[in-house]
Amino acid sequence: MISIEQLSKVYQTKDRKIIGVDDVTMSVEQGEIFGIVGYSGAGKSSLLRCMNILERPTSGKVVLDGTDLLSLSPKELRTARQSIGMIFQGFHLAMSKTVLENVAFALKASKVGRVERRRRALELLDLVGLSDKADQYPAQLSGGQKQRVSIARSLANDPKVLLCDEATSALDPNTTQSILKLLKKINRELGLTIVLITHEMEVVKEICDRCAVMEEGRIVEEGETYHMFAHPQNDLTKRFIQTVLDFNLPKELLEKSKGTIVHMKFTGELAGESIVSDLLKNYEVSGNILHGKVDYIQNKALGTFVIELTGEDAEVQRAIEHVRQKVEVEVLPHDGSVHHSVAGAE
Amino acid sequence: MMDQFITLLPELNKSFLETLIMVAIGLGVALVAGLPLGLLLFVTDRGLFLENKVVKSVTGIIVNLVRSVPFIILLVFLFPFTNFLVGSTTGPVAASVALSVAAIPFYARIVESSARDIDRGVIEAAIACGASPWLIIKDIIFPEIKPGLISGLTITAISLIGYSAMAGAIGGGGIGDLAIRYGYYRYDNFVMFTTVIILIVMVQVIQYAGDFLAKYVKKG
Ligand SMILES: Nc1ncnc2c1ncn2[C@@H]1O[C@H](COP(=O)(O)OP(=O)(O)OP(=O)(O)O)[C@@H](O)[C@H]1O
Ligand SMILES: [Mg+2]
Repeated sequence: MISIEQLSKVYQTKDRKIIGVDDVTMSVEQGEIFGIVGYSGAGKSSLLRCMNILERPTSGKVVLDGTDLLSLSPKELRTARQSIGMIFQGFHLAMSKTVLENVAFALKASKVGRVERRRRALELLDLVGLSDKADQYPAQLSGGQKQRVSIARSLANDPKVLLCDEATSALDPNTTQSILKLLKKINRELGLTIVLITHEMEVVKEICDRCAVMEEGRIVEEGETYHMFAHPQNDLTKRFIQTVLDFNLPKELLEKSKGTIVHMKFTGELAGESIVSDLLKNYEVSGNILHGKVDYIQNKALGTFVIELTGEDAEVQRAIEHVRQKVEVEVLPHDGSVHHSVAGAE
Repeated sequence: MMDQFITLLPELNKSFLETLIMVAIGLGVALVAGLPLGLLLFVTDRGLFLENKVVKSVTGIIVNLVRSVPFIILLVFLFPFTNFLVGSTTGPVAASVALSVAAIPFYARIVESSARDIDRGVIEAAIACGASPWLIIKDIIFPEIKPGLISGLTITAISLIGYSAMAGAIGGGGIGDLAIRYGYYRYDNFVMFTTVIILIVMVQVIQYAGDFLAKYVKKG
């Protein structure tokens, strides 16, 4: 769908060069939701804005559906942009236009006739659930409603791709959820490919099929969302995943504990409970569950269990070895200092 | 006093009309030429969709040049041009030439600065929609700055009244001319006060009408 080849973006300011994107090669498949995460200044926006040439790459290629966007004339580029919708953190609606006019503007850009513009704009407002706000001005809307208008506008010309630049970062958690649901619905019902950038791993967990982690203009890790959550490689990825999967056991609890504290991570189909009950049945140990949580990522379960095992040392060791064959296991120290792979030192 | 006023009335009417002509022509030209010039200054700026360093600097320099010449000097300096254009250097129409030349860059800068107040993101979103530069100017920038354009016209009109008094002093006619001829040269305080009052009322009316209109066209 979109393929980016060795793309770099260097900003030339008065006294120095700032690297926004550094030699990125990636591709987004038809129909998927692709997330790009990274801290502020990582180059996410720069990369995204290169995808519709809002920012002209310094070098490299942007190919959309076989068309090299950088080889197009200004007029051809405008036509190509009509098939790339874009929404922003700040919504960017024209304040002097009504909701309907804002949506209709995109249709005007593609030279759709007056009557058809109105019909189509109303249809889009219906899709985003704002039919009753057609004649209001953006200033009269809430943030979530504004973002819905901008989504309607971005969908006006039946785009193939939707680029979202921190589309939910200015919204409260509830509104974020409803916008994410809407994006997912659009993705499913219209088969629209979505590229979204965010600094919230929660958003990625919620809707992305695949994701990439960016740092200093580079993509440091890329893969299926579930896989990333289950087996993060890069330190930065781990830190991002922590924000979603983190658990904190009280320090006193760890210090007081006499047994061995074991952290287990269950991925995929493995049912955590049965492994734990197996363990308790087959070995001379007793267990005390300190923490247990199952996250669903792309409808697949990712479970975390922390159990305190007590019994004879050798037996406890055997029990741990047994479980280790099936799941990722880690023994946590009692002082509450360095621990488990998911949540690092804190 | 009433007698004085009645004798003055024909002259007053004539002068008032002349001032009106000067301001109207100046304002008309400012709108017709200053508006596009201001938009040009804006859209050719760095980072905008018609970014063009050469056009931007050349227009910017010309605008500044005209703006930096004191009006009274501009007026005299333009005499040959005025003469060529209207065949005379006296009368309100002749004075309008210099007034227009001064009003164009004045208004252009106002247009430019109100356009700068538009959220860049809105323009960016329009570009992302695949809109042409013309459509963005006509359908995004223009409606967004409409109230600013009207307030700008108000400010320009008021400045033009001031300038027209100077133009009047060297043969342009109008209220300013009247004030100088009677009030200054003949020490006629009655005429002086009358003209000052008329000018004050004029400015107030323009300001009020401008504010009203700006509010009226403001949407959203
Ligand atoms: N127009 C510009 N001129 C100069 N430098 C820029 C420009 N835009 C971005 N940069 C720089 O490029 C780098 C990447 O910026 P970018 O906006 O892509 O980051 P980001 O990941 O989107 O951050 P955020 O989460 O804060 O939006 C930063 O160092 C930034 O300062
Ligand atoms: Mg950004």
